[in-house]
Amino acid sequence: MFDWLQHIADYLVLDIFGMDSTNHLAEALNFFIYDSIKILILLFIIVFFMGIINSYFPIERVKNYLSRNKLYGSEYLMASLFGTVTPFCSCSSVPLFIGFVSGGIPLGVTFAFLVTSPLVNEVAIGLFLGIFGFKTTAIYVVSGVLLGTLSGMILQTFKLEKYLSPWVKEILANAQKEQEKFIAEKQNFKKRLPIIWHEALKIIKGVLPYLLVGIAVGGLMHGYVPEGFFEQYMSKDNLFAVPISTILAVPMYSNASGVLPVVQVLVAKGVPLGTAIAFMMGVVGLSLPEAMLLKKVMTWKLISVFFGTVTICIIISGYLFNIIL
Amino acid sequence: MEIKVLGTGCPNCLNLEKRVRKVVEDNSINAKITRVQEIMDIMVYKIMSIPALVVDEVVVSKGRIPSEKELLEFFTS
Repeated sequence: MFDWLQHIADYLVLDIFGMDSTNHLAEALNFFIYDSIKILILLFIIVFFMGIINSYFPIERVKNYLSRNKLYGSEYLMASLFGTVTPFCSCSSVPLFIGFVSGGIPLGVTFAFLVTSPLVNEVAIGLFLGIFGFKTTAIYVVSGVLLGTLSGMILQTFKLEKYLSPWVKEILANAQKEQEKFIAEKQNFKKRLPIIWHEALKIIKGVLPYLLVGIAVGGLMHGYVPEGFFEQYMSKDNLFAVPISTILAVPMYSNASGVLPVVQVLVAKGVPLGTAIAFMMGVVGLSLPEAMLLKKVMTWKLISVFFGTVTICIIISGYLFNIIL
Repeated sequence: MEIKVLGTGCPNCLNLEKRVRKVVEDNSINAKITRVQEIMDIMVYKIMSIPALVVDEVVVSKGRIPSEKELLEFFTS
């Protein structure tokens, strides 16, 4: 599918820059050009496509749907699925949380959404496709959605409402199911398209620096870290590798665009995919900055239970990945 | 006219405020611009994503930074 791109990269490096094909630098440069362009193309396609879905399915509509319909237990899965198509900015997690809770949506369902949204989103999917291909992407998306669903269901059984901040409890007491039907903005596709296009470009522009640095770091590690370097510490036989990498990852924060190119190299150098994905989920899904934001609506106790449950679920899915793949 | 930028202080919120001020200045619009930072005050407007823009107590955009052209439309219509 991307043969033509390889030709362009070859042409640029060998003919335009006049480099020798046996040269290590030429090889690295070729890899860098090919990889960045391929990833950017796939990323743009996914971001644009998700932008269209999102334009017709904004967060308010998601909330109304979850609030109004009786879903007989499938609401956790639905919330988690909605989380994948809704772009997530961690600074919006508090208004989002309040919006859900004030619509009478159970805490567990809200958590299901909050877990999946940063994990599986347009940027993560686009990058995963570009870096690891279709099969791994599919596994990642499915496990991300299940992770959110299960975490939400487990958290709901703990009856955590009493650990919300007092002002949120007050909102909860006055919560009411959405009665009014969602009134969609009446815009035709032609009018929406330029906005979606600009938003997609803006997202790509936003992640571009992280992505290029990530691919460059990846390229350097590619050249200088010996094959199998990590294997001795993080092999499948080492039972502690998954929990340790997850727990190390939780306080760290980066978006998918920064961490994925590095994960790619880790995998290339012998880290099992499950361990690497668990690490990535820890970095992207949970972080100290997010905990600080959530502090406005939750007590530390609730944040700890939330983080603890999700961490355990990530560790389990890391093990599962290592067994399946 | 009263313009409110709703945002807890994330980079996007600051960018929106900057752009709003620029459009208001460039077009010499008579407006009072304030930034609402406290989450409890933000939630009064029942929005679920920030930054959001409120013109004369009506939410005109949320979760994104509108272009200067769009902003001008909000402020003049």
